[in-house]
Formats: sequence, structure tokens, C-alpha cells
Amino acid sequence: MTTHWKRKDLTGLAELSAEEIRHLLSTATAFKEVGTRQIKKVPALRGKTLVNFFVEPSTRTRVSFELAAHRLSADVVNMTASSSSLTKGETLLDTAKNLRALLADIIILRHSSAGAAQFLAERMDACIINAGDGAHEHPTQALLDTFTICEAKKLTGANLKGLHVAILGDILFSRVARSNIHALTKLGAKVTLCGPPTLVPKELESLGVHVTHNLDALLPEVDVINLLRIQHERQRKEYFPSLGEYTSIFGLTKQRAEKLRPDCLIMHPGPINRGVEIDSDIADSGRSVILDQVTNGLAVRMAVLYLCSGARGN
Amino acid sequence: MNQTSPPSPTARLLLDANAIERILHRIAHEIIERNADLTGLAIVGIPSRGVVIASRLAKLVSTFGGTEVTSGVVDISMHRDDLSRRPLPAVVPTQLPYDLEHRTIILADDVAFTGRTCRAAMDALADFGRPARIQYAVLIDRGHRELPIRADYVGKNVPTSLGERVYVRFSATDNVPVDTVWLDAAHGPMTSAA
Repeated sequence: MTTHWKRKDLTGLAELSAEEIRHLLSTATAFKEVGTRQIKKVPALRGKTLVNFFVEPSTRTRVSFELAAHRLSADVVNMTASSSSLTKGETLLDTAKNLRALLADIIILRHSSAGAAQFLAERMDACIINAGDGAHEHPTQALLDTFTICEAKKLTGANLKGLHVAILGDILFSRVARSNIHALTKLGAKVTLCGPPTLVPKELESLGVHVTHNLDALLPEVDVINLLRIQHERQRKEYFPSLGEYTSIFGLTKQRAEKLRPDCLIMHPGPINRGVEIDSDIADSGRSVILDQVTNGLAVRMAVLYLCSGARGN
Repeated sequence: MNQTSPPSPTARLLLDANAIERILHRIAHEIIERNADLTGLAIVGIPSRGVVIASRLAKLVSTFGGTEVTSGVVDISMHRDDLSRRPLPAVVPTQLPYDLEHRTIILADDVAFTGRTCRAAMDALADFGRPARIQYAVLIDRGHRELPIRADYVGKNVPTSLGERVYVRFSATDNVPVDTVWLDAAHGPMTSAA
């Protein structure tokens, strides 16, 4: 049994087939088992060098990739925007050429510009893994979300037919939402987006999803609700009047959570704003799989590194 | 497909389902003969066809020996030394739901060839503990070892040239109605396990 994985890069989920996504998820199942061992390390990427190249700040995604690489025995170097020459005026391509000269095998790229990962993938021999590019895609986050749904709902073969998933919040600027939409619709799920009309315009229906602005009507209908973080540090004041108003209309409060089905999964990519998009008690409740998402992120990223690195060698 | 339709036009049938069954019965008896204490035994398969052999051997040894013998799965894809030289093997979860300390582990696989698969399996086991001893059981030994590894239990020795290919087809793993083993003399040269 050999695999069908032929890509050295993972830049987005839009270009992947349902079969490729399923293959990634089933490979991640095997890597999750590695995390349950006493010795949580395998030699699959021994001798490979991985560069975590984060031009935009991130802690949990970077740490997750770093730990995934360590568990595969790769050597890891971290580069952040402040420590890199980008602040000194070097272009992305010049920085990348320097990484190539250092013979890096895998580059994990987080960048504020959409298409940055694709740009590097077309110009470098190294594997390029997109860890978020502008408002475009964040493929590994969507893969770990999908993995968590399949695990919690006990869905074999990652077949999401008949499953209704709501994605709530700042969809317009969210790469997590975009990657999730691609993964979920390709695997057969029904997806409904919800939030203020400024952040969830009707035009998004062209992606093959439903759009509603009535959260209270949507809640009893869904099997999974994925809450995206309101990025209030970026203060998109023009898109909604205040955090308080957002919470009163679109926050998952205790009263609203009662309208959910008892088996509805509550997801959040983190970091959560307690009391803004989700009530503190709801985030800690039994239906919340927020911390499972973090654990599964490791397994999914190990699978991505393993498959892309293997495809590069052939 | 049935056992009269070979995996390639030039393949010749080596073993049919009955012959495979008789071989597994014999190996099960050899395992009992060599291991006086069956309580500390576990038969662990190397995916994918070794897993079938391991679970069948575990059932037979349990029946003949009167002691329940467990089976397991050890994934070797993360431990291979030739990951960048051949298509990636499918990764499957390892299942070793017991302590390896003081246990005798019998590694089961379909074909013994270069020995690299067996080495990878032993490396993988070492991450889970220190077995008392490891033995190696294979359905077919086709020779051409590249490492100092020898099988303890051999179903059938099949002298081959590097240009030949051994096909093991199990109903449990290969979507065929019956279990068979074939030898194809016309296959191109190979440098690693079939």
C-alpha cells in the first residue's frame, strides 16, 4: 500500500482533492498514536532542517509546528519578523534565497500577504507549508478542525455527508474560515456562515455555503459550531459598533448555548476572548473540544510534514 | 478475481489458500515448541499483510497451546531508512496495548527480503520498551538480505533472483476472494522489499 500524496508543499486546501484531504487525515490518526507513547519521538525526519519563518506574530501555531518537527526528529530553527532581516528592508524572496543557501528542507511560513506561501513554493526546492497567509488560507488549522470533528463525531473515512457546521464571527478577514469552508464542503458537510453582515457578506455564498445573520434561528440546526476570534486588537471599528454589541447579538452566551443540540460540538481556534465571542463556562463545558483541537493540531502537522517531506524526496 | 487469475500475466502460483493455512498451522506449532511459556508471548504484525499473519498465528497458537496469546501492530513507516527513496508507505497506528518488558515478541511479516523492514520494526519496538527477546516469523523468505537478520520461523524458502517479484495476496488486505502467493520472474530489477 503506497500513498497518492505527490505535493511537496501545502499552500492551501482549495487546490486539494477530497481524497488528498482524507489521506492527510488518516495519516494524522497514526501520528496521534505517537503522542500517546512514553517516547513521543520517531526518526522519520531525522537529519532534515525545518525553518519556522513567522513574519506575522504567532505563538501557538509556531509552537505546534515546532513540537511536531521535534517529534519527527527534525532540526528546528525559528525566525520571527523582528529577528529577521525583513525589518531591515530585505525582500521575502531574498530572505528565502538565504534560507535555501542554508539548505533548509522545510519552511513553515506565516505572512501577512495572501499568496506568500505560493510565491515561495514556486521558487524554492524546499517544502513550503503555509501557516497562514493574510486572509487567504490557514490549511493546517482547518485540517485539525476537521480531524477533531471526525474524531468527536466518530465519522469513519472522513465522510461529513449529513453534517451541518456553523462558522461564526469575522469570516471576511479569516483565513481559518476560508480553509475550513474548503475542507468541510469537499468532504460533504453543509456549512452555514453567521455574523454581522459587514463581516459575513452574502457574496460568500459563491463558495458553496449558506449565509445567515440570525444566530438564534441557526443554533438548534447545527452539529458543530466553530467560533472564530474577534480580532479586537486590530480594532475593525468600522465593521461593528462595539464588542458589547457583538456579544449581545453574536456571542455564544449561556442562554444561547441552551438552544444548541446536546451533542453539538463547540470549537474555537484560539486564543479565546472569554466573555466576547464565547461565555467562559461554555468554553470549559463538556461539549467544548477546544483543547482537543490543540492536541490534534500536533498530529495533523506531523502528518503534513511527513507527507510533504516524503513527496519531495521522490 | 479468483486464485486462477494471477496478479500479472507472467506470475506463477506458489501457494494456494490451503497451503498457506497448513504453513501457518505448522509455524504455530513451532512457536509453541520454541516458547515454553506462552503467557509472556505477543505476536506483532508489520502492516499491512504481516498484521493478518500475526492475528491468524495468535489465534492458532492460542487454540493449540491452550493459552490466550495476544497480537498487535507495529507501524514501521516512521522508522524506515529509505523514506526518501521510494513511495511513502501508508502510516497506520501502532497497537501494543501491553508492557513489552519481559515479553517475547514475535514479529510477523509476509516476505523476508532485504531485512530493512525487520530492522525498522525492531527500532520501533525499542521505543516502547525492552522485550525479553524478539523472534521473526515470515510466510516467504526470498533471500537477498542486506542486513545480518535471519527469520526464526519460515513458511517457505523461495530462492529468487533480484529481477523476480513475490506477490502475497490476502482476502483481508487485497480485495481478492482467496489467499494466494505468486512468483513473477519477468518483473524488473528491485532493490528493496516487495
